[in-house]
Amino acid sequence: MLKINSIYKTFNKGTINEKRALNGVDLELNEGDFATVIGGNGAGKSTLLNSICGVFRVDSGSIVIDDVDVTRLSEHKRAKYLGRVFQDPMMGTAADMWIEENMSLAFRRGKKRGLKWAITNKERAMYKEMLSMLGLGLETRLSSKVGLLSGGQRQALTLLMAVMQKPKLLLLDEHTAALDPKTAETVLDLSEKFITEGNLTTLMITHNMKDAIAHGNKLIMMHEGRIIYSASGDEKKQLTVDDLLKKFADLSGEEFANDRALLDK
Amino acid sequence: MIGLINALPGAVAQGIIWGIMAMGVYITFRILDVADLTVDGSMATGGAVMVVSMTMGMNVWVAMLMALVAGCLAGLITGIFHTKFGIPAILAGILTQLILYSVNLKIMSQRSNIPLSSNNYKILISLRYLQSAIVVGLVFVVIIIAVMYWFFGTEMGHSLRATGCNQHMARANGINTERNKIIGLVISNALVALSGALLTQYQGFADINMGRGAIVIGLAAVIIGEVIFDRIFKNFALKLLAAVMGGVIYYIVITLVLRMGLNANDLKMFSALVVAVFLGIPYWKRKMAEKKVTKEAV
Repeated sequence: MLKINSIYKTFNKGTINEKRALNGVDLELNEGDFATVIGGNGAGKSTLLNSICGVFRVDSGSIVIDDVDVTRLSEHKRAKYLGRVFQDPMMGTAADMWIEENMSLAFRRGKKRGLKWAITNKERAMYKEMLSMLGLGLETRLSSKVGLLSGGQRQALTLLMAVMQKPKLLLLDEHTAALDPKTAETVLDLSEKFITEGNLTTLMITHNMKDAIAHGNKLIMMHEGRIIYSASGDEKKQLTVDDLLKKFADLSGEEFANDRALLDK
Repeated sequence: MIGLINALPGAVAQGIIWGIMAMGVYITFRILDVADLTVDGSMATGGAVMVVSMTMGMNVWVAMLMALVAGCLAGLITGIFHTKFGIPAILAGILTQLILYSVNLKIMSQRSNIPLSSNNYKILISLRYLQSAIVVGLVFVVIIIAVMYWFFGTEMGHSLRATGCNQHMARANGINTERNKIIGLVISNALVALSGALLTQYQGFADINMGRGAIVIGLAAVIIGEVIFDRIFKNFALKLLAAVMGGVIYYIVITLVLRMGLNANDLKMFSALVVAVFLGIPYWKRKMAEKKVTKEAV
């Protein structure tokens, strides 16, 4: 479903701030794979996700989604294949627009937007039903501005919007990091539910090693723009946080440097 | 006092015409979230095309359509500067505005002022017939609001609103934000040029400087409309109407202060300061709220 072939990305090339963010990343996900990504600060996790989304072009290498080479495709054209949830709960929704308006925008991801009415009554009924799956009481607030919702509610809505038009690949970028622990758990449970029910191919960045082990069938560890370790199947199931920390120290020759990851241990 | 009351219909008619311009400003300033300075040029472009088309013997409706198209082109240029040249929106607008100054002079054969008298031409709206001017102006307002209400209720209109509200979200949902910005600028400047065409008929001439400071009047109208009607007008059509009413109120206030003895040459300074203060109010409110929070935290 996803084939990444040795991608490189350097920011601010030729300046004093030059930063090699991706240093030859290869990655292959099959349909239905759910991979979690961990790594220290500046390991290139978000850069990897953003290069899949097309926020910027990679310097070399190729990205293929469902047999379509998207390496040179602009961000909005790739959106057809991708469902995205950002780290910042404010980023995934339009604050000044209503819940139903936001959903209708997501419902038309990858479709032509013409001069037809933006929301039909049939859609409204469908949105209501989908919102009730979140269990947050949003189904009665279709015409509330999204800006009035809490961070957790907005993130749950963004998640729903990312999957309502089944994506070829779901990208979650530390999407629970900005939430309080209880809300984070709710959103993570919802993610798991949508991914399992829809058999969605997923790439999830997380700072929480326990979550990385508990969810998905693959685990990827990144360091200095490279994938230094990956585990799947039974090997992944048997991992512990201490295993991961030790693996990291052995493979990178450094202590695992991600404050939040250690705090959450 | 009697003088003021006599001056009122003129202020209302002028306010309605500028209100149409204000709706254009509303689309860029409030929906797309950019301050587009093209309008200072495209207002006069509308007037210039109007007057030249009519002197060439065109029908008044065709002439207005030409003005509208000219406005679209002005917006298109700014849109291309902004999205394809990567120039910040404000600077892109200033560049187009400067281009338009030369273009407008070219359209008017290097004359800075061309008359369009209701004696010689069949025009729709004139300050000689104020009552009918107000009615015609209002008909235009109603039609424009209806069309805008429809457009911004469509799939494409929604994607335009999302572009102005949150570009990350828009792109993640497959919306071409660059194209949408261009479309928004085109629509906005079309309305501004149409307003310029109406103003030219109303005042009986087109002038190369008729759009100077238009952005300030447009912003003033939008802001006055919001301050007064924000709590009661929630619907998009009503919000556009609020901008038009803001324009009318602006012109009534201007008439009033001129009667009270304000020098007409100081008018632009007066308008700009009023806009600056009203743009500052929400910012100050936020600052005050922050101060309060910090104090409570201590």
